[in-house]
Amino acid sequence: MEMIKNALGRMVPSEINGRPVKPYAGAFADMVSGKRKAAPPIPRCFPGRVNKVINGLDAALDKLPLRDGMCISFHHHLRNGDYLVNAVVEKLAQRGFKDIVLAPTALFPVHDKLIPYIESGVISHVEGSMNGDVGRACSLGKMKRTATLRSHGGRVRAIQDGDLHIDIAFIGASAADCYGNANGVLGKSACGPLSYSNVDSLYADCSVVITDNLVPFPCIPWSIQGGNINYVVTVDSIGDPAQIVSGTTKLTKSPTQLLIAEYAARFVDEIGYIREGLSFQAGAGGISLAFNVYLAEMMKKKGFTASFAHGGGNTVLVKMLEEGALKYICEGQCFDLDAVRSLRENDNHVESTLSISYNYHAKGCIAHMLDIGVLGATEIDLNFNVNVNTHSDGLLLHGTGGFPDVAAGSDVTIITAPSFRKRIPIIRENVTTVTCPGELIDVVVTERGICINPKRQDLIDKTKNSKLPIMSIDQLMDEVYKITGVPEKVELDDKIVAVMEWRDGSMLDVIRKVKT
Amino acid sequence: MSVNILDRVAAGKADKSDVLIVCHKKEAGHGVKVTVKSSVRAFFGKHIESLVARKINELQITDILVEVDDNGALDFAILARLEAALIKMGHNVTKPLLDDACFDHFNPDFSRLRRSRLYIPGNNPDLIINAGLFGADSLILDLEDSVAPEQKFDTRFMIRNILTCKNNFLGASERIVRINPLSCEYGLADLEMIVPARPDIILIPKCETADDIIKIEKIVAKLEQSHGIPKQILFMPLIETARGVINAYKIATASKRSVALCFGAEDFTRDIGCERTRDGKETFSARCSIVYAAKAAGIEAIDTVFSDIEDSEGLRKSTVEAQSIGFCGKGLIHPGQIRIVHEVFAPTTEQIQYANRVMQAIEDAKSRGLGVIALGSKMIDAPVVERARKTLELAAKMGIDTAKKEVR
Repeated sequence: MEMIKNALGRMVPSEINGRPVKPYAGAFADMVSGKRKAAPPIPRCFPGRVNKVINGLDAALDKLPLRDGMCISFHHHLRNGDYLVNAVVEKLAQRGFKDIVLAPTALFPVHDKLIPYIESGVISHVEGSMNGDVGRACSLGKMKRTATLRSHGGRVRAIQDGDLHIDIAFIGASAADCYGNANGVLGKSACGPLSYSNVDSLYADCSVVITDNLVPFPCIPWSIQGGNINYVVTVDSIGDPAQIVSGTTKLTKSPTQLLIAEYAARFVDEIGYIREGLSFQAGAGGISLAFNVYLAEMMKKKGFTASFAHGGGNTVLVKMLEEGALKYICEGQCFDLDAVRSLRENDNHVESTLSISYNYHAKGCIAHMLDIGVLGATEIDLNFNVNVNTHSDGLLLHGTGGFPDVAAGSDVTIITAPSFRKRIPIIRENVTTVTCPGELIDVVVTERGICINPKRQDLIDKTKNSKLPIMSIDQLMDEVYKITGVPEKVELDDKIVAVMEWRDGSMLDVIRKVKT
Repeated sequence: MSVNILDRVAAGKADKSDVLIVCHKKEAGHGVKVTVKSSVRAFFGKHIESLVARKINELQITDILVEVDDNGALDFAILARLEAALIKMGHNVTKPLLDDACFDHFNPDFSRLRRSRLYIPGNNPDLIINAGLFGADSLILDLEDSVAPEQKFDTRFMIRNILTCKNNFLGASERIVRINPLSCEYGLADLEMIVPARPDIILIPKCETADDIIKIEKIVAKLEQSHGIPKQILFMPLIETARGVINAYKIATASKRSVALCFGAEDFTRDIGCERTRDGKETFSARCSIVYAAKAAGIEAIDTVFSDIEDSEGLRKSTVEAQSIGFCGKGLIHPGQIRIVHEVFAPTTEQIQYANRVMQAIEDAKSRGLGVIALGSKMIDAPVVERARKTLELAAKMGIDTAKKEVR
């Protein structure tokens, strides 16, 4: 396998698991349209009442076209409350299947139970997103093949391009009818949208809805449509929606995080974006949520109404919506049960598919309509490159989410992070892993300094009389080093355990095995 | 070197941004051994090991095992814990292990704004390292109520290192240390460690008589002299008993160093045997008494702590009340409370505009040689002018553009 230097100077492979890949050449290097989509086989249906219902996972697996090496996919709308990924993989393992490619939209700590199946080779690798201990297992070289990390939009692109072919899509739904129409807003396991699985239902060879709440036909609203579904499987429970609220989706009490959020909101004000019709990305993470609170306060004070918030619905946004400070919420997921309720009851709170939201191999995506994107990071370097996936010790511990898509699309992309965590500086000469190239990052806001990317002279001009602690990124790094000391360089193994794929499918960076 | 060396001592804790250091006495010939367990081992493991070993060698301690259990502590915290452990063990440490004590930020100043005084538990480095970022007028590093008796010893080293560290973790805030009362076993040792580290102010708790202040002043003056401290450290007596309230004026006038009287409602309500309520009727009279005593002595009065961090409306109400009866500031326990307090103490746009008009009227009268000054149909007398002048002075101190009111 040949290693090539990409446009960011990172050495990347020319092929992944036997599939040839191109090096990253720039955030918008691939702008030629016209290629045909990789479509699934065209099925046939005949008139007559169809009943696709199968009782129980075991009976369903008896009917599904299972094989070694197949690719199975899942959504993560139930976040840490999901029961299905573990249950399906466990049953496939019992049946002796191996080399399975797991293509979830994200994994959470609850999926740590997959690690024995990774170690035993039931799962060969993950294509998508990994958090916590599954990511750690990948970092430690426990996956048989190389994992691929993609953004939300990048995942849709990979499916459309045929880079990621899903054999069977498993779609947990809190309400579904016998035909396969399904949603995530009704029923005891209601968790919000089912929009992550929309593309899977359209492109997988076989799509299966799994529900703990079979309702009479038609199931309305139908986030997932029966015309794309092969089977409907009934189970006792698909998960625990109380667990969609996790550490990263709670409002923070940390004074430092609140200060960073306040600085970010004040910065947005000073560059003139607190205005009628503001649109913004609403992400997970304590600082992003607190930013929404400050933003709402400022908008209210000045008497403005925001046009739409995009991303993850939460109680703060719902309050804004209900008080008339925000016209619409367009979301891919819910971060708490208040958001689930609002999505169910409020016509101005809608779900949006990953393709509509984030995919740039399309005729448009909502991320490209955003004014402000506030995003978190584990590291930022002097070229404003951002890492959200690995820690400075090389461990892969976080998913990518929609980060690169939002950074590419927002007018102003703001990174919020503490300048150091424990003793570990966030600003580095070079990030451990590039999740998003610096050309798309406009501002970095920390509690000790705010750094504007020199390419955004307009923002520098607008804030030149600001009382905010604005400084160069080099200066901020030096100040933090004065406090923490300069960290030792971490030596990583040569073995590549995962690749960071850019939105267009090119190789942005690699993740190397962590030495033990 | 001392002969009575203990076998095993510990200092600190492995909480976030802190470190637990355990020292073991070893038999002759063992040598110096340092083991480091750390959440940041990949980045600072070698640094921590060599820092600790270097300090041990400088002290010429020969046979010791030092176990470091670190959770991201910065050097000032590591050295505070190491120094506390070695001294507890019986080693003779003649100068602070933290190199190059820095006193650049020592600036005792009577005339500062003291709207917000924020308490920080002195033994919690994680809360201290960002304390200077929030814009509190004063920060109180606490050795008293927020520190358990068995942690008092370790905490003194932590606070001293914070005050003398080259990194200014306390920002532009006034640096206050709350010591333990001199009447208990910790008070004197607190002063001996803290005064040489040059805080701007010593907050003296549970003041009941003038004598409490006079005794402390004698000790502080002596320490200032022996350590060559160029300016006088100031005092802030804290009154939190009925006896203290009755003696408030004497306490306020006992030392020229006192800048303000503070009130502590928690201990006070316990002392008079009643419940502390949200609207504070039970302390109203005491608080007024303290304001009068302070004002009669020519100093400021600062109100008690508002302790429910979730209740921002309650804080606003309590602060408005404090201001209305003559207090110039409020005690706080969370940085999120600062903004509300500063908003309340800021003069209103109307007050500023009125003050501007008063000053303008004086100018006009002077230029026209008039003896009697009028604004509209009202006569302006000396107290009105004085209040207008104070309003504008306060606004200027708060960085408010007196043409356009804006408060940070």
